[in-house]
Amino acid sequence: MSASADRAAKIGDTMLEVKDITLSFGGVKALTDISFDIKEGEIRAIIGPNGAGKSSMLNVISGFYHPQQGEVWFNGKKRGPMKPYQVARQGIARTFQNIALFKGMSTLDNLMTGRMTQMKTNLFWQAIWKGPAEKEELEHRERVEHIIDFLGIQAIRKTPVGRLPYGMQKRVELGRALAAEAKLLLLDEPMAGMNLEEKEDMCRFVLDVNDEFGTTIALIEHDMGVVMDLSDRVVVLDYGQKLADGTPDEVRSNQAVIDAYLGVSHD
Amino acid sequence: MENKANTFPKLLIANAQRFANRPAIREKEFGVWQTWSWVQMRDEIFALANGLAAMGFKRGDKLAIIGANRPRLYWGMCAAQCLGGIPVPVYQDSVASEMQYVLDHAEVRFVLAEDQEQVDKSLEIRENCPSMQQIIYDDTRGLRDYDAGILHDFAAVQEKGRAFAKDKPDYLQQEIDKGTGSDVGIYLYTSGTTGKPKGVVMTNDNIIITSRNSIAFDKLTEHEEILSYLPMAWVGDHIFSYGQAYVAGFCVNCPESEATVHTDLREIGPTYYFAPPRLFENILTTVTIRMQDAGKLKQKMFNYFMDVARKTGIDMLEGRALSFKDKMLYKLGNFLVYAPLKNTMGFSRVRLAYTAGEAIGPEIFDFFRSLGINVKQLYGQTESSVFITMQPDGEIYADTVGVPAPEVEIKINDDREVMYRSPGVFHSYYKNEEATRETKNAEGWVYTGDAGFFADNGQLKIIDRAKDVGKFNDGSMFAPKYIENKLKFFPHIREVVTFGDAKDHCTAFINIDLEAVGNWAERNNVPYASYQELAGHVEVYKMMLESVEQVNSDLAADPMLSNSQIHRFLILHKELDPDDGELTRTRKVRRRIIAEKYDVLIAALYSDVKDCYVKTEVTFEDGRKGAIEATLNIQDAKTFTPVVQQEAA
Repeated sequence: MSASADRAAKIGDTMLEVKDITLSFGGVKALTDISFDIKEGEIRAIIGPNGAGKSSMLNVISGFYHPQQGEVWFNGKKRGPMKPYQVARQGIARTFQNIALFKGMSTLDNLMTGRMTQMKTNLFWQAIWKGPAEKEELEHRERVEHIIDFLGIQAIRKTPVGRLPYGMQKRVELGRALAAEAKLLLLDEPMAGMNLEEKEDMCRFVLDVNDEFGTTIALIEHDMGVVMDLSDRVVVLDYGQKLADGTPDEVRSNQAVIDAYLGVSHD
Repeated sequence: MENKANTFPKLLIANAQRFANRPAIREKEFGVWQTWSWVQMRDEIFALANGLAAMGFKRGDKLAIIGANRPRLYWGMCAAQCLGGIPVPVYQDSVASEMQYVLDHAEVRFVLAEDQEQVDKSLEIRENCPSMQQIIYDDTRGLRDYDAGILHDFAAVQEKGRAFAKDKPDYLQQEIDKGTGSDVGIYLYTSGTTGKPKGVVMTNDNIIITSRNSIAFDKLTEHEEILSYLPMAWVGDHIFSYGQAYVAGFCVNCPESEATVHTDLREIGPTYYFAPPRLFENILTTVTIRMQDAGKLKQKMFNYFMDVARKTGIDMLEGRALSFKDKMLYKLGNFLVYAPLKNTMGFSRVRLAYTAGEAIGPEIFDFFRSLGINVKQLYGQTESSVFITMQPDGEIYADTVGVPAPEVEIKINDDREVMYRSPGVFHSYYKNEEATRETKNAEGWVYTGDAGFFADNGQLKIIDRAKDVGKFNDGSMFAPKYIENKLKFFPHIREVVTFGDAKDHCTAFINIDLEAVGNWAERNNVPYASYQELAGHVEVYKMMLESVEQVNSDLAADPMLSNSQIHRFLILHKELDPDDGELTRTRKVRRRIIAEKYDVLIAALYSDVKDCYVKTEVTFEDGRKGAIEATLNIQDAKTFTPVVQQEAA
């Protein structure tokens, strides 16, 4: 069975496209004329040395930064200036490099906040809770329980996330992004600071999410082993510029990438 | 009303009539306890059994069951038995090669696997297990892209079964009617600490009669609730969660996952509970550590009322007469401390709890009993369908294991080995005539391999594995495990190995408990950089010396064992480790290997030297090897003159 043929069959049309994005903070150019696309169903990695503009790129996609130039196309439509919650409603969810969970809240409650964009009852019903709001909450809770089951975090359902080890917090954060039922999932260094076992678990989850829910995934990652194994295509940034774009094998053999990022052999 | 059925499928039918909508089994899934009544469970099992029949499962076929405690896996057992097949539960954490041995040895045709992990292992060994033809799985996650050839979804098999039942509505009932009590009901593979696992063949009568007797002994009813969290391949779970559950008709609760067992225990609040001594010990340690972090007032209250419980709790539990003041004080303690504590531990409703498998420390035992938790001991093994001895209510001792269970005969042979005969005695070892003959004699008596005797209180006392029991040069008995257990009851001692066979006196290696001693070091400002440094610390030696001398004074009071007092000991510089072959995977000491590896140290213990240099090879977790060296102090310990007069001994 050819794995690559299998994968190719799953990858569809372009889902998101960024065209000539330029983003600067005052005089500092974080991104210069960046263009690339993300196809439906693929796992797309964005790599580059520190300060290359990877997180900025993710922030542009998630609507947190507004680039001075360029366009973001999502599902074949050009996107105007948007608030992050509007982007979230469109079906884009993300995790953060430095975990951004509600530390005092339980795992369950954190995941329930991921459902916020899906909640339809208004403030009035939410306040008196009985009736439609209760029914709605039960439905959302069921979704969340499936995610808890999927990620194998039943044992920490009621634990405040601040008390969890780092690797677990990362998993909860992934859970919250999943709860939003995103079509496109942006993962900012999902494996940073993890030990080997936690990394292996997280890889498994990323692949399973992609496989079971058909979610498209864009991820920033420093662990080259992970990137090369997981992703279908890789885009390489360096000093805000696009250096290369292609399959892991193409990127690996690209001389500019080797020089700039993977380093020149010292032997 | 007694249930006279002689097979499990017949018990199931009877229970579905008698208990109808009472809960038979529960499982926590998606955060909610899902319940199946006896009627629902019967229908599920019948659908599966018909499905198996449709797939060609025949009388005498074996169904391997691999996974954690799940309702569907328990149903698999009964479904196989409906068709005259034999379930073969397998330890879910076995590696593929261990699984292969069992599946191949038992000539398993069908596999019921819990999830992807178990399916992967089954597929891995497929080539070497020619008998294996079909795999049914419970959890579909991750399996959607698998080649469907021999894989079947559990629900799809049931669906097939329902169609089959429409076609041949009487088939299943006819098959069930063919079953008898003397039919083979199950193969239970031993964990195989001394070699290849042995398949213990049990008949329906073995399990059902033993269950019936033990239920009568403890007056269990259909109102019990148990949490089934111990491996399904272990005979204990088969008796508690299957045998007794079907015979008494009580409800079995399956935890959500291995990691949530404690929370699930609290939610269910079982009335009947089993745990090995290690688990009770862990609970006590957690309680102690958490109390050290509690506020001053709470600590005071806890300490005061635990004193009260120590004094009067056990009398209270066993219904002995107490003064009005003591009763009131205990009731107040119950309100303020014991009840909330029991609730936290999940023991609020426990009516009966058992422990077995290892010796339990008297302090641990008394702690739980003084809180009003009726913990009792039993002694048994796979070959006896668990029960050999049990403790009757009101006759509970920490150092003996009880009186013969109903219909069990016990005798002690000339080598001090305990032998028994009972309706629960296993049929044979599968495909191993020789081992069967060695273990069970012509009259049906079984050799347990344990040395023991009947104590003054009329209960059996187990000393040690018979083959480990030796003699000192003066001819008195040397029972290493017995002495080691006495030392291991101290929380700061992790492991002990004693020597004395064919020697003049007893000596010991000690392993400190890093957690307990490390905690002590932290509280007493004792700095240390490594396990080795902490183990060799003067203050740690002092602490161990105290424990050893306390044990010596205990032993001096026992006429049979006063010669076993420890004369010299040392604290090992490394932890005994299964990776280095010093312990088995179930953490049992491998005496021969330790004796060979550390012969220099043993020689030093039996000389006059004050210290000894040793270099040991160690295996790191990633398989690399290294060496650690150390000079270990050897400590002399005070011994006591036997309390009993010499002429009496």
